[in-house]
Amino acid sequence: MELIKPGTKFQFTRYRKIAFLLSTVINLAVLVALFLKGPNLGVDFAGGTMVQIKFAQRVTIAQIRQGLERVNLGGGVVQEFGDAQANEFLIRLDKTPVEAGALGDLVRKALTEQFGADKFEVRRIEFVGPQIGEDLRFRGTMSVIVATIMMGIYIWIRFGSAFGARFGLLFGTGAVIALIHDVLVTVGALMLANYEFDLTVIAALLTIVGFSVNDTVVICDRIRENLRKIKRETLESIINTSINETLSRTILTTGTALLVLASLYFLGGEVIKPFAFALLVGFISGVYSTIFIASPVILLWEARTVKK
Amino acid sequence: MRQSVRTRIILFAILSLAALVYLAPTFVGPLPEWWSNFLPASRIQLGLDLQGGTHLVLEVKVDKAIENNVERMRADLIKIVREKGVSSVTIEREGTQLHIKAPAAGAEQVRGILKSEFGNLAEAKPSQTVAGATDFYLMLSKDELRSLRDYAVDQTLETIRNRIDQFGVSEPIIQRHGENSILVQLPGIQDPQRAKEIIGKTALLEFKLVDDNANVEDAIKNGPPPGRQALYGQSARKDGIGAEQQAYVLESRALMTGEYIQDARVRPAEQLQGASVELILNQTGARQFEQITAANVKRRLAIVLDNRVYSAPVIQERIGGGRASITGNFDLKEARDLAIVLRAGALPAPVEIVEERTVGPSLGKDSIREGVTSFIVGGLLVIVFMIAYYKQAGLLAVVAVLLNVLSMLAFLAGFQAVLTLPGIAGIVLTVGMAVDANVLINERIREELRAGRAVRSAIEAGYKNALPAILDSNVTTFLSGVILFQFGTGPIKGFAVTLCIGILTTVITAVYLTRIYYDYRITSRKFERISI
Repeated sequence: MELIKPGTKFQFTRYRKIAFLLSTVINLAVLVALFLKGPNLGVDFAGGTMVQIKFAQRVTIAQIRQGLERVNLGGGVVQEFGDAQANEFLIRLDKTPVEAGALGDLVRKALTEQFGADKFEVRRIEFVGPQIGEDLRFRGTMSVIVATIMMGIYIWIRFGSAFGARFGLLFGTGAVIALIHDVLVTVGALMLANYEFDLTVIAALLTIVGFSVNDTVVICDRIRENLRKIKRETLESIINTSINETLSRTILTTGTALLVLASLYFLGGEVIKPFAFALLVGFISGVYSTIFIASPVILLWEARTVKK
Repeated sequence: MRQSVRTRIILFAILSLAALVYLAPTFVGPLPEWWSNFLPASRIQLGLDLQGGTHLVLEVKVDKAIENNVERMRADLIKIVREKGVSSVTIEREGTQLHIKAPAAGAEQVRGILKSEFGNLAEAKPSQTVAGATDFYLMLSKDELRSLRDYAVDQTLETIRNRIDQFGVSEPIIQRHGENSILVQLPGIQDPQRAKEIIGKTALLEFKLVDDNANVEDAIKNGPPPGRQALYGQSARKDGIGAEQQAYVLESRALMTGEYIQDARVRPAEQLQGASVELILNQTGARQFEQITAANVKRRLAIVLDNRVYSAPVIQERIGGGRASITGNFDLKEARDLAIVLRAGALPAPVEIVEERTVGPSLGKDSIREGVTSFIVGGLLVIVFMIAYYKQAGLLAVVAVLLNVLSMLAFLAGFQAVLTLPGIAGIVLTVGMAVDANVLINERIREELRAGRAVRSAIEAGYKNALPAILDSNVTTFLSGVILFQFGTGPIKGFAVTLCIGILTTVITAVYLTRIYYDYRITSRKFERISI
């Protein structure tokens, strides 16, 4: 079986201007949204308390809220979690005068009074103090930034040592731009889908950085090889040949990864859903950015140096 | 060639066998005794998010311990200054600092005392002399602060460990976490609320005299008179909502603290009274208690626990024998918990819970079930796809991927790494990504075949040319895994671990294992057609 017939010659770099424009617009939109609205932060980063509760029978959000008001916790956010048949709810509470860490127990007490002790089960409590939240937020952001830069440096050194520092730098820059693109697209998708940002999202972003750079590496590797092999063609044509030659690999690898991610998304349970969602978006974006951004960046550079 | 193939087959057979041996304790039920004597018996450990349990990070309020220490030094200083006959010196504690005001006549003497007896105090800011009187501003020296901080955290950790041991939790983790914090993990715990109360209670027990002459209402409204403090008693209702509480005015100075407790026992409820806790003091404590009670007959002695008055009985007569009891509205469970914390001793400083993650056992079970389901379904999809696409070579890749998963799990068991829900996601993801190396090789072989090479040399060239890309792409993913491990906590670390282990096993199985098959075919008979 073959998905991509040998000898396929898509002129990918021809679309680079449209791609640059499209990606710039999307990325700017995400950045603007980040600064104006900000991401929807989970307890990990915002601090506060999250309680997940499963009821034995159908209850309404209003009933839960009524119970919470008994202990002056009416200000909390109550939302359904997962299937409607699951009767599962998330209660999110921010800072309150109650002693740190005791909020989850207060919720339990309030609901016991409202519904009775054996009518529900506390499935999960997460409490993060404001200090810790701030710390995790900082470290999370830093880890994604550091990872992205390190990927660039790795590619720079790896290809620089074999093929001259200038080319290494080109590949490295292209890779970093593509990674920033993937991270921003994923962040934007998470915001659109209204998922909360927490530690698992950071884990997903780091995985995307690690995985997306694979594509870039494989294509760069091929470009390097073809530059050595094919002497009489333009750089643009060599880049296109290289992308085409690795195209079936790119589709196959990403395809299988997406298969398992889809099964994780649909069958892996509610807790892992945001993680799987982020990876699905990020991996798809990774393929696009490698083909339409990372590789043509090299051309952009070439054009500039020629003009000089 | 033939020799090398045989060696490699034997090597991989041994490795696979070893993997199975490591996995047996986890997947086969209880194993016979001879097994654990000779073979690895460690199982894959489940993270708290999968087996249920509580993860706590406690911050030790070190400043409080420092304040207590400075307060003690103030008392010592006052005593010495008085002994040396220096008059009209005032000594106040301001936070963790001491402020000494000495008149002109005594300033030099105070300076002398500080130098000779209080070497561990340093100047917080230079002393000032205004109109003859000198102000000294002192604080604990850096070394002293550090050792005090370490002592407070270590001591708190020991005490908490003691309490948890007595409470009875199997395989708890109690570690220092950063400078001032302690990490506590309690797997499989049923009543996290109760555990938190036991861990977090400061349990500072004090005996203080009640000042019956003071006006309680006045003290609450306008602040207590000097040397006195106003404290509330236990509320009648357990949840403390809306119940009236009795207030007391006490002498601030504690006559005795809980440090002399030798044992604490629960006495079950009697007719009109709830359960109580009986304290048994050690010899020093018993003697001290006898003296205190003898000197204060007919006065009320308040038993104060963490600034809450539990009872304030009138001392009828001198009490010998070193026994006292704490009564309250306890049920048996509460009394038992109180006895535990009193036996284990007070925390040197209060602690505050700054992070809590509790997962109920049923959620953990659901997560495992869903994780395994998604793993099986995802894996099957990949298997079907690979075989359809690459036929025999696809089957070979599938075998490599399965062995890959097997060795990942064996690694987890062997190194006692913790498997978390994100960790399962990591394994599922590895299945998807492990395919990449095989795909790179197979695509390359196809290309070489298309370029007109013979099967043998196409395979050789395919492996050789695919290797740099495989290594590069795995190194980069490994790098991001390492960063994730550095940054992450708990479950996220579990993901990083499975990701990194997965990469190692992927490279080995995809590059070296599959190659054996082709090399075997090459040596055994004519190899002119390849199913790829």
